Amino acid sequence: MGYTSVVCVKQVPDTKRITGNAMREDGTVNRAALPAIFNPEDRNALEAALRVRDEHGGTVTVVTMGLPSACDVLREALERGADRCILITDRRAAASDTLATSYILSCAVGKLKPDLVFCGRQAIDGDTAQVGPQLAEKLGFTLMTYMEELALEGREARVTRNIGNGRETALARLPALFTVMESANEMRPAAMRKIMKFKKARAPMEIANSVKTALGVSATPEALAAETSRRTEELAARGLLIDQWNLDDIGARLEWCGGAGSPTRVNRVQSVVLAGGDYREFEPTQASIGQLVAELVQDHTIG
Amino acid sequence: MEDLNRKGEILIFAEQDNGVLSEVPLELLSKGRELADTLKVPLACVLVGDKVGGLARKLIQHGADTVYVADDPRLKDYQTASYARVVGDLITERRPQICIFGATPMGRDLAPTVASAQRCGLTADCTDLQIGNYTDPATKEEQTSLLLQIRPAFGGNIIATIVNPYNWPQMATVREGVMRMSSADTGRQGRVVEAAVNLDGMELPVRVLSRVTRARTVNLKAARIIVAGGAGVGSRENFQLIRDLAGVLGAAVGASRAAVDLGFIANDHQVGQTGTTVRPALYIACGISGAVQHCAGMQESAKILAINSDRDAPIFGIAHYGIVGDLNEVLPMLIKAIRGGASIGQAVAQHAEPKA
Repeated sequence: MGYTSVVCVKQVPDTKRITGNAMREDGTVNRAALPAIFNPEDRNALEAALRVRDEHGGTVTVVTMGLPSACDVLREALERGADRCILITDRRAAASDTLATSYILSCAVGKLKPDLVFCGRQAIDGDTAQVGPQLAEKLGFTLMTYMEELALEGREARVTRNIGNGRETALARLPALFTVMESANEMRPAAMRKIMKFKKARAPMEIANSVKTALGVSATPEALAAETSRRTEELAARGLLIDQWNLDDIGARLEWCGGAGSPTRVNRVQSVVLAGGDYREFEPTQASIGQLVAELVQDHTIG
Repeated sequence: MEDLNRKGEILIFAEQDNGVLSEVPLELLSKGRELADTLKVPLACVLVGDKVGGLARKLIQHGADTVYVADDPRLKDYQTASYARVVGDLITERRPQICIFGATPMGRDLAPTVASAQRCGLTADCTDLQIGNYTDPATKEEQTSLLLQIRPAFGGNIIATIVNPYNWPQMATVREGVMRMSSADTGRQGRVVEAAVNLDGMELPVRVLSRVTRARTVNLKAARIIVAGGAGVGSRENFQLIRDLAGVLGAAVGASRAAVDLGFIANDHQVGQTGTTVRPALYIACGISGAVQHCAGMQESAKILAINSDRDAPIFGIAHYGIVGDLNEVLPMLIKAIRGGASIGQAVAQHAEPKA
């Protein structure tokens, strides 16, 4: 019979490759200047789910919330062996903080009635590690953070967790949500056959965009719709359609989504990245060193 | 407008493990005391566990006015569901305006769960907390005396200030070792209050089988500031200078492979390809030439200050700040400047300006 698993993944800017030009003058982040990648620990979450399916059977569905460009990580998930991928995309979900994000995900994941949910421990853009625990709370699932090892038997999971200064082994009742550590495993490589197949997978919004480009500005709305629907059906028949859900599809309450459903507000952002080649030398004197310390205090580096 | 409990106290989660109080709540109490005095509200702690009432005394000595104690055999081992229930019930009953947790593995598990159930905002991994005002950009309405939650984001490349204007409590987790712990005042008085434990009929979903922990010698990965020494430090004895600088900054002590190989310090402290990879907010490299293997393990630090007597040392190539000089002279000057800066910063903080 096997287990029904859902993996929540996020496409993130590669903050490890951040350089001076990724920051705008006003201190905000120029996301366009950074490569978008599969959040590292979400890869470990996917691998953990695939290993459960290898051993016990069942299915692995990968869910992401974001713009249609996030389908890149869903295609990567299909190449690694995911059975099904779902893009949750909706303008009304923009500006969601972790509370709103976990609410939206809970509506989508709840529809899939999983036994197991896997999330990466944290995403490298925010590093908050909050969405996993909050999603578990909203689903009413047992939360098992910092998972490194997992063994399943019936409706019980035996989990080894990395608790910072050591390890804890515990039995958890299903359904359960696991946040997975980088140290848990390594994502399997994609088979060439799957790469060739799934590079063509598309979500409806991506199909509509490419039809617009193909038919040009003179195409009538009817012609666009007909061609989009033809291509969508064709991809669906070949198992290459990425499901796409909006907030209505998952029955989300709009006042709990997006900016309206987000209690936190960003008041101020300061850049701490120095522009490339920005090197300053201070004299080995008390006055000069005092100046350096004052600057580090001023920008919150020391404090 | 939502109902904000402006008279609400500040509540700190007093993390303990196996009956031993962690250091984090004591660090949070010194910051919490400052915030509570600014807001003129009481400072409280919630202590959860089995036979942990004896720890309340220490919390009071470090600044708590009230300690709520939830004592129950079912709370012996931490687990999300039972702890979140007890802490959530207390928040619902007391309506604190601010709740602070340590950004420890336990705090980062518990706080989001509680915030989700309360439907309030939560800011993770704060490095500073202040009281200040916020103007809503849409309505232009100004709110006074909010908790300003200051945290690094985007891999440490930006510092964001987050506020939580409408849905209280204002919740935050705070990184370990960031707030300075104040000394205990053994004569300080406070109240110890029994907190409700409503776990009857709740089937706990987790059973802990084993827990193996080790005393932590050094946690380089979690450090916000690292002071590291290399071969240029010269001797095992002289490494004390590195420790002294780390001490005044509340920083972790790191080392290059050369320093470890020369026996100056244990290899737990080694940063680099074969040691630990770190990306703190500030990395101070003292007497480290900057071999590629070392740089690979620290070049993603948000800021690098290099101190070396050799002007041509490669470390200056990746540094943001450099001091060319003898570290036996430079480090004492740096320590003196930081000690001076800290006292200035505390005076400024009382006026709700950026804290040192």
